[in-house]
Amino acid sequence: MNNLTSNKGRVYYIICYVLVFLIALTFLFPLYWIITGSFKVKQEILSATPVWIPTQWVTTNFENLFAKRSAPLFEIGSLVGPTIPGALRWLLNTVFMSAVSMLVTCLTAAMAGYALAKKRFYGRTILFSLIVAAMALPKQVILIPLLREMSSLHLYDTIWAVIIPIIGWPFGVFLIRQFAEGIPTEMVEACRIDGASEWRTFTDVMFPMIKPGVGACAIFTFINSWNDYFMQLIMLTSTKNLTISLGIATMQGENSTDFGLIMAGSALASVPIIIVFIIFQKYFTKGITMGAVKG
Amino acid sequence: MKPRTSAGRLTSRSLVLHENVAAYLFLLPFLIFFVGFVLYPMFMCVYTSFFDATMGREDIFIAFANYKELFNDEVFWIALKNTLVIVLVSVPVTCAFSLWVASVISKMPIAATSVFRCIFYLPVVTGSVAVTMVWKWMFNNYYGIFNYLGQNMGLIDKPINWLGDTRYALGCIILILLTTSVGQPIVLYVSALDNVDKSLVEAAEVDGATPFQAFWKVKWPQMMPTTLYILVITTINSFQCFALIQLLTSGGPKNSTMTIMYYIYYNAFKLYRYGYGNAMGVILAIIIAILSAVQFRLGREK
Repeated sequence: MNNLTSNKGRVYYIICYVLVFLIALTFLFPLYWIITGSFKVKQEILSATPVWIPTQWVTTNFENLFAKRSAPLFEIGSLVGPTIPGALRWLLNTVFMSAVSMLVTCLTAAMAGYALAKKRFYGRTILFSLIVAAMALPKQVILIPLLREMSSLHLYDTIWAVIIPIIGWPFGVFLIRQFAEGIPTEMVEACRIDGASEWRTFTDVMFPMIKPGVGACAIFTFINSWNDYFMQLIMLTSTKNLTISLGIATMQGENSTDFGLIMAGSALASVPIIIVFIIFQKYFTKGITMGAVKG
Repeated sequence: MKPRTSAGRLTSRSLVLHENVAAYLFLLPFLIFFVGFVLYPMFMCVYTSFFDATMGREDIFIAFANYKELFNDEVFWIALKNTLVIVLVSVPVTCAFSLWVASVISKMPIAATSVFRCIFYLPVVTGSVAVTMVWKWMFNNYYGIFNYLGQNMGLIDKPINWLGDTRYALGCIILILLTTSVGQPIVLYVSALDNVDKSLVEAAEVDGATPFQAFWKVKWPQMMPTTLYILVITTINSFQCFALIQLLTSGGPKNSTMTIMYYIYYNAFKLYRYGYGNAMGVILAIIIAILSAVQFRLGREK
């Protein structure tokens, strides 16, 4: 009897494993199609019978991508850098945007998350409810007012119009608060008795302990801001200010059937961030699960 | 700390003050951004919805005219219907599918679990633009693999214009949305399954429960908070599905893929009707708030 059920169970699990494996392949396929597509010759891309593996690998698509648009490397005041391919500038913009958002968010979120978890102050409950409520609302709802606000601050069509709202988004604070909650309050109190200043308590005692939480916040913010297409679409217009996703989307509007070109752009937009994700996967997974605890 | 002398009370009051000042100093950098670029725009969204607002001129107060127009706007109702279809299909499917995948991969060796978790998360990391572009190619009626596979397997007899046909377009959008939304639930379910009280499961097995019973009677109730969280985030995500529609169909053909999110964008950034777009945003926020509250209520009762 026992033997029978375990056999049945084994067959069931083998079927499940095979199914999950096959579905996982279909999840990998779009990425495979982007990467191989970006190296295919035109005839193989525009063939009614799919060419599963490119017969010849060419870089024409990337050459086209880099030849299409151009932009200065940098512009600081009247100082204008050398002209480089547009796609390269977009990649630089995206890296800059994601890195700055990540650094500032981590700093502000670590400080605020610590205060929310370990300090008793007036308005604490209200602030926390506001944070949770803001996270539940779709971000897109605030985009129209945000656009008008950015225009009146003369930040419209600058990379800052995308960075600033990311910093204000409270998910990072929520994440770090959840993490800091788990750290015993005695540690903080012991510090105070020893006469350490508030700032020292934060930097020397608290920060090292919430580091994993900050790491999760960092990788989360980096990946999410890299892919935050809607915000970029609304705030950025001129060629030199686009991000890589937005640039590819714009190019697609003009060359809608040149799939080779578009795949080259898509590869350029997605491969770097996928590498970052794979390297920091552990932190990322932790961030996702931590945000959900008592969420 | 209970101060007994008056001197003690004095220091305790100054301690409270000190604690408050310190807390707000730590909060200040975040609060500047949060209040200025999240709360203020939220307030302005509600406020501007009572105005006729556009570019380059003063807003004109029109009270509830935007809302009245909204209720008589045929496209808004189509958009609402499509949005609800997307949510009602994608939320249950996402939850059930990710629970199944998680329960299978959590039994694998740790390395395999993390490889599979990573693969199912890839479409999210790849980014909405790149994902949308490759699906656009796969759905193309001349060069796409779907028409090739469909014809080869005898499922369809002539190429279908998947994204240009009112019968299929919304279905295609939902399919792509599903691949980009199961990543996070799978991660959450895998960790929830890890955290299930093992002794209870063992006790049930000793008492002769089948793996099936052990799952539904012992593990499932323990994972209820996770399920609830997944329901809420998946609902919000489905409401926000935007890039797919903007890049693939622009709401067409014949409004068959028009959603509230896209209609807001269309009104605000194509027609420059800021007040009208904001009124829609307010309605959308109310719908999401009601749905989340209902899900929480149901989850609590269980």
